Amino acid sequence: MDRSRLLKSVAVAWFLLTLGAIVYATRLALVDAPTDALQGNIFRIFFYHVPHSMLSLVWPYVNLAASAGFLFWRRRDPLRALTADAVAIASAEVTLVYATICLATGMLWGRVEWGIWWTWDYRLTSMLVLWLLFVSYLMLRALSSTGQTKTLAAVLSIFAGIDVPIVYMSIRWWRTQHPGPVFFSSDPDAGVDKSYYPAWIANIVAWAMWGLLLMAMRYALERRRQQREQDAALKAIEDSLEFTR
Amino acid sequence: MNYGFHVWAHLKKDLRLEWRSRDSINGMLFFSLLIVVVFSLAFDPTAVESRHISGGIVWVALLFAATTALNQSWTRELKNHVLEAQRMSPAPPSALFLGKALSNFVFVTLVELVLAPLFIVFYNLHALGQARLLWVVMPLGTWALVCNGTFFAALGLRTRNRELLLPLILFPVSIPALLGMIEATTGILAGEFDPGLWIRLLIAYNLAFTTACLLLFETALSTE
Repeated sequence: MDRSRLLKSVAVAWFLLTLGAIVYATRLALVDAPTDALQGNIFRIFFYHVPHSMLSLVWPYVNLAASAGFLFWRRRDPLRALTADAVAIASAEVTLVYATICLATGMLWGRVEWGIWWTWDYRLTSMLVLWLLFVSYLMLRALSSTGQTKTLAAVLSIFAGIDVPIVYMSIRWWRTQHPGPVFFSSDPDAGVDKSYYPAWIANIVAWAMWGLLLMAMRYALERRRQQREQDAALKAIEDSLEFTR
Repeated sequence: MNYGFHVWAHLKKDLRLEWRSRDSINGMLFFSLLIVVVFSLAFDPTAVESRHISGGIVWVALLFAATTALNQSWTRELKNHVLEAQRMSPAPPSALFLGKALSNFVFVTLVELVLAPLFIVFYNLHALGQARLLWVVMPLGTWALVCNGTFFAALGLRTRNRELLLPLILFPVSIPALLGMIEATTGILAGEFDPGLWIRLLIAYNLAFTTACLLLFETALSTE
């Protein structure tokens, strides 16, 4: 198939580009960026942590849009709805991976820099709630009965989408009303020295490309699984019909 | 045969069914009492500290108690293919949801009315802030839990591990509401800050999610 060969070459090219971008960005982060005066080399984990945190706030919207699309097309154009569902599951899993990395690297950095693994300030708590929401999404997909999975998951995704801004605001109020522990996480982008910019930008671009690659691969996997499911269903129907051969 | 009539019919049905067996209410009452006792063992309630923690404890107890009852409220629809009949009837599906949510609201409120005096006794509570606001906070908080809980219980109706799934999907979505109700209650009991912000959060949360539940219930009911 011409189309599939084209897609395959695009995928390989994107993979190689992404790999190159990651190598370049990591080199910038680990070698070329100057050592931070206050924090020393541990600061370099930010070049991995911050892009993942920022991106883990972008992929949920992909999931929300895909879920809305699935519900819209469910009766109007079922095949397009299947595509939307594949995008939804792919983006949900990538969100979870990125959120996990954000939390884990943040905790490692916090332990070294602040001496604490965790604090209930608003940013960390909101990220934890986002993580919980997506775990619950994947649990629903795992535990629900096959015919219903897509629709139920799409509905839950809409609920989660409505919830995210409410969570953000409420936890922000909670944490400004009751002052947390002494160390607030300060935004590292505010007042970052210009010498760090190349490393920042390179890392954000590289990890965004990686996220898109992961999503595309998961999407392709899901589409193949859907295809197999459709074929099996068709075969079952055909087998149940009585043909005189 | 307007919308209100259907809601009232569903509500009456659920109230009548529950009144005849009283399983849910008795279970909820005893469960919340047990949680209160266990928490008293966990956190030694002296008069000064108890005002700060009792808000959290009462809502955690109600959360767990409500969760045990919510699954049950839908399983009675599975017997005798009642749910299929509901799906086929021309009555609006969201009326079924609203009737059931209101009946669950009534049950949890009954549990609260029994639990509140017990709480006051166990924790030697008297509110330092405006106690009258509790009459606003308790229904708002209860509705937040019950509305989403009824909806998610319906979502999980045909899943395996149904009882396990409800808390897994309900609790993350309810976190802002839980924050609101706990903070508002603590603010009223301890009298240290104004609960107004949290009450407004609860109102906004309830409006947003009641709308979402009503609009999406038909989708959830008619999957497959």
